[in-house]
Amino acid sequence: MTEPFLMRALLGGMGLALVAAPLGCFVVWRRMAYFGEAVAQSGLIGIAVGLALAVNLTTSVLIVTLLVSGSLVLLGRQNLVPFDTLLGLVAHAALAVGVITASLVQGPQLDLMTFLFGDIFAISRGDLRWILIGGIVALGLEIWLWRPLLAISVHEDLAAAEGTRAGHTKLAFVLLLALVVAIAIKIVGVLLTVAFLIMPAAAARPLSETPEQMAVFAAIFGMLSVALGLFLSVSLDTPGGPSIVLMLAAFFVAAIFPSMLRHRR
Amino acid sequence: MDGRERQPQQTPMPIGQNSHEPRAWNGVVSYAAPGASVGPGSLADRRPSGELIGARGIGVIRAGRSLLQDVDIEVKAGEIVTLIGPNGAGKTTLVRVLLGILVPDRGHVRRRPGLGVGYVPQRFDLDRSIPLTVARFVALGGQAGGEAIEQALTEVGARSLLERQLSELSGGELQRVVLARALARAPELLVLDEPVRGVDYAGEAELYTLIGRLRSERGFGVLLVSHDLHIVMAQSDRVVCLNHHVCCSGVPHSVAQHPEYSRLFGPNASRAIGLYQHHHDHSHDLTGLPRPPGSTGPGTQELE
Repeated sequence: MTEPFLMRALLGGMGLALVAAPLGCFVVWRRMAYFGEAVAQSGLIGIAVGLALAVNLTTSVLIVTLLVSGSLVLLGRQNLVPFDTLLGLVAHAALAVGVITASLVQGPQLDLMTFLFGDIFAISRGDLRWILIGGIVALGLEIWLWRPLLAISVHEDLAAAEGTRAGHTKLAFVLLLALVVAIAIKIVGVLLTVAFLIMPAAAARPLSETPEQMAVFAAIFGMLSVALGLFLSVSLDTPGGPSIVLMLAAFFVAAIFPSMLRHRR
Repeated sequence: MDGRERQPQQTPMPIGQNSHEPRAWNGVVSYAAPGASVGPGSLADRRPSGELIGARGIGVIRAGRSLLQDVDIEVKAGEIVTLIGPNGAGKTTLVRVLLGILVPDRGHVRRRPGLGVGYVPQRFDLDRSIPLTVARFVALGGQAGGEAIEQALTEVGARSLLERQLSELSGGELQRVVLARALARAPELLVLDEPVRGVDYAGEAELYTLIGRLRSERGFGVLLVSHDLHIVMAQSDRVVCLNHHVCCSGVPHSVAQHPEYSRLFGPNASRAIGLYQHHHDHSHDLTGLPRPPGSTGPGTQELE
């Protein structure tokens, strides 16, 4: 069980879980799960463009996710089309454009499954370096943004009246989200990336009394799920990414039902 | 619309009656500054004058509609200014402009440099997905330490809630906690946007008495927003009546006599200005809302 590819999968996956946990809490608190979904699915366009231009895929994905996040923020200012409709529209359009572009570039030997569900066992040393650098940057930004982001998540107008720069904070958050999504896509694919953000946070909520506790519990659940998911994957020869997500779901179920029984009157 | 809104013409409150009666709040007998105190030798004269915040010529246009037009308003240190107007008159928009949350299309806002503002927003739709204790929520408002937080909570009678989860609080408790957060910032200006929504009749009186007492003790300025006339005005030094533009403004009595005010709130509204008295002289209608005696206004027919 100490194969190098397995160790890289474990390191990369747990690193991602650690970075995604605090961010995922804000995705849950700010009701941005579908925002994340739209950005993640747009990552497929980044993959296709990266393949076409033969450049580093994480770089091309990052550029596309940043562009799409920024566009979504701008599009959110119109009010003729509801924002959730807009997010669904972008997510589906991105999936369509991404799949078409990728199939044009790669032809019949296109392995779409790898892009949609990721390939955690294919993490290379270079990928690991990306995860490390991107992860440290993201974690630093998360700590820096923690207090203002928490304040505007509790009540935006109240925070703004007290001097928090709400606009800047929200923009920084969206760009940070794009960065973490770009890192995650390689590992769990465009369809499961958001699971890494919201599922550990959701599982941590019933056990938490403070926002910080929720982030820490989310990180623990995320990292344990990576380890258990990889073990499941190796033992039963199941796909890596989906096995991890299955474990995340199990943690959520285990956390939410006892709390529901406790609070029943 | 807000079902709690009471029709002023159904609630005749005589001017000045019992206006100097001390009131109890949390066992503390306090002096409630009456509106009539604005005059020679009154408390208002001894307060430090000087503008805390002021706006000139404010205009806000949204979707081709003018929400605010050429609005002037100012709050000085130690004074209570009440902003009244019907629902949709642009009161909250004006507050957001004054607080710097919304940039106006016209006009400008002057603030005393470094002005400390405490804000109690109109609606507090609590997000239960954020685990937060009361203490932490209050701390999130500024640099206040544990002692200042406890003191602020004690002041609003919510000390016992310190370690409770915010999501477990009732509407009235939450409102006090939000007020405590504003107070913990040691504000020079307290802005309260319809702070009595969702609070019962007695709670409303308590809140206004508390704000009046704190103003006397600490000398901060207060901007109070309301669409409710007869209670608020008692403690106000000045009333600004807003309906997209400033209809009229001045001391409570002069505003009450103003023709624009009568036009906006009905001919009997001026009689409604006075102090709050809780005599349980009202009955309750079918929804449990308080109703003054003898009222037979539309929608409040007695079913007996």
